[in-house]
Amino acid sequence: MSNAIESLGSLWGPLLVLGQIGLFTLVLLLSIAFLLLLDRKIWAGVMMRKGPNVVGPFGLLQSFADFGKFLLKEIVIPAGANKFVFIFAPILTCTLAFAAWAAIPVAPGIEDGTSWVISDLNVGVLYLFAISSLGVYGIIMGGWASNSKYPFLGALRSAAQMVSYEVSIGFVIITVILLVGSMNLSDIVNNQAGGLQNWHAFSFQNFPLIVVMFPMFVIFFISALAETNRPPFDLPEAESELVAGYQVEYGSTPYLLFMLGEYLNIVLMCAMMTILFLGGWHGPVAIGANAAGAMPPLLLSLAGLFWFMLKILFLFFLFAMVKAIVPRYRYDQLMRLGWKIFLPTSLAAVLVVAGYVTYFGVQS
Amino acid sequence: MALIAFGLIAAVVILSALFVIAARNPVHSVLWLILAFFSSAGLMVLIGAEFLAMLLIVVYVGAVAVLFLFVVMMLDVDFVELKQGSLGYWPFALLIGVILVAELALVWSASGSLNFDAFDPSPGAETNTEAIGAVMYTQYLLLFQLAGMILLVAMIGAIVLTLRHRPNVKRQNVSAQTGRRRADATELKDPAPGQGI
Repeated sequence: MSNAIESLGSLWGPLLVLGQIGLFTLVLLLSIAFLLLLDRKIWAGVMMRKGPNVVGPFGLLQSFADFGKFLLKEIVIPAGANKFVFIFAPILTCTLAFAAWAAIPVAPGIEDGTSWVISDLNVGVLYLFAISSLGVYGIIMGGWASNSKYPFLGALRSAAQMVSYEVSIGFVIITVILLVGSMNLSDIVNNQAGGLQNWHAFSFQNFPLIVVMFPMFVIFFISALAETNRPPFDLPEAESELVAGYQVEYGSTPYLLFMLGEYLNIVLMCAMMTILFLGGWHGPVAIGANAAGAMPPLLLSLAGLFWFMLKILFLFFLFAMVKAIVPRYRYDQLMRLGWKIFLPTSLAAVLVVAGYVTYFGVQS
Repeated sequence: MALIAFGLIAAVVILSALFVIAARNPVHSVLWLILAFFSSAGLMVLIGAEFLAMLLIVVYVGAVAVLFLFVVMMLDVDFVELKQGSLGYWPFALLIGVILVAELALVWSASGSLNFDAFDPSPGAETNTEAIGAVMYTQYLLLFQLAGMILLVAMIGAIVLTLRHRPNVKRQNVSAQTGRRRADATELKDPAPGQGI
C-alpha cells in the first residue's frame, strides 16, 4: 500500500480527494433514494395509507423505479423560456447541495485529532452558511427562466423567504461559535464530547445557558424548514395556489435534479443541526478513556459514523412528521415569524451568550 | 498548482466581468456578476484569506446580488433602448479608464517590487479570522462601530422616507386573534318557534 502511494507521488493527494468525493456522492445518492421512500412512508403512515409498496419488498425499490422514469422522459423546454438558464438552474441547485457536503465531518479519524471529512476548513460553518445561502439562486433562476406566471411568483416568494430566515440562522450559528471559540466543524463537534449533557442543545457544561441554547436549537430547526422550503413553509411550491411554484414547467431529468437538490439540502440541514447542537459523532453516553483505548480505532470511527447517521435519521424523521401533521402557513404569518419573532429572539440570545462567555468563561 | 488555479480563476473573473457589460439581457448581466463575485472569493481562498472569501459569498452573492436580481427581474428594463445613445459617452469612459490605469501604475511603482510569496493573510494570529478580529476590535474599534452606526442611520432613514401611515388600513392584531376563545366569539341562542331573534 505505502509503495503504491509513493509511486504515485504528488498525484496521490488529488486522487485521494477524488476518491473521497466519489464515495460521498455514492453514499449520499443511495441514502437519498431510501430517505425519499421513508419520507413518503411516514407521510402515508400518518394518513393511514400504505404508501409506495409495489416495487420491491415493502416498496424499497420505489425510488429507483422513479429514477428510471425521470431519466427516460422527454425534456420539454417551454416556448419563450430562456433555454440556458432553464437547464442551468436545476444543475446549480444539485451541484451546490453536493458541494456543501465537502466540509461535513462524519466520523472521528483513526489518528487522534483528525476526522473523516473531505476538507477540514477553518471556516467550515461559514462555508456551509455561504453555500446554503446560494441555494436560492437555483429557485429564482428556474422560476424566471420558465417565462410563466406561477413559477415567477414562486421564485419571488422563495427568494424573500430564504433571505429572511438566513438572518436568524446566522445568529443561531453565532451563539454556537461563541460557545466553541472556533468555526471549524470538527472543533465544534469535539467541544461536545462526553455524553448527552455536553451537547450544545442542552449544554449543561455551561449550565444556565440551556435556557438560551435549547430555544436556539428549536429556532434553527424551524428556520431550516423554511430554508429548505419544506412544509409548513412550502409557499414557493404551494400546490393549492401556485400549482407547483417554480417547478411547474419542469419535468424529467431537470425536475429530478431539483428534487435531488431539495432532499440533499434537507439532509444537509439535519447534518448541520447534528454538528452544531446534537454532538455530531459523539454518542449520548461517554465511554471512558480506558475502554476507548482498548478498542481498535477503526471501530471507534465506525461507531462515530453510526451515531452521526442515527442523529441525521432522527432529525429527518422530525422533518417528515412536520410535513405530515402541520398545516401550511400564510405568507404574512411566515414573514412575521421570521422578522418579528425569530430575529429579535436570536439577536437577544447572541447578546446573552456573548455576555456569559465574557464574564463567566466557557467550561468545556 | 496554485499558479494554474490562480490563472484559471482570474481568467474567469475577467471574462465574467466583461460579460457583465456585454450581455444584452440584464438578468444575464447580473448572473455574470454573481459568477465574478464567486470567482473572486476563489482568489481570496487561494491567498489564504478564507474568512474574507466566505463573507464575500455570504454578503455579496447571498444577499446583495439576490436583491439586484430581484429588482432587475421585476423592472423589465429595455437595455437595447438604454444603450442607443451610449456611444456618445465614449470620451468620458475613456477618461475614467485612463485615470484608473494611471492610479494602478502609480500604486505599482510606489510599492516597489510586490512580493506575493511573502504575503501573510493572518499576521500575528493562527487563522485569518482571528487576525481580522484582532485588528478590527482593537486598532479600529471606533471606526468599526462608527461604520455600524452610519449603516443604522441609513437604514432608519430609508424606513422613515418610505413609511406612509395610510388611513383605512385594517391591521391584524395577532395576540388578539390567537387569544380569542370560543366563548368570546360565539353566542348560543335558543329562539322560540315562530319568533326569531
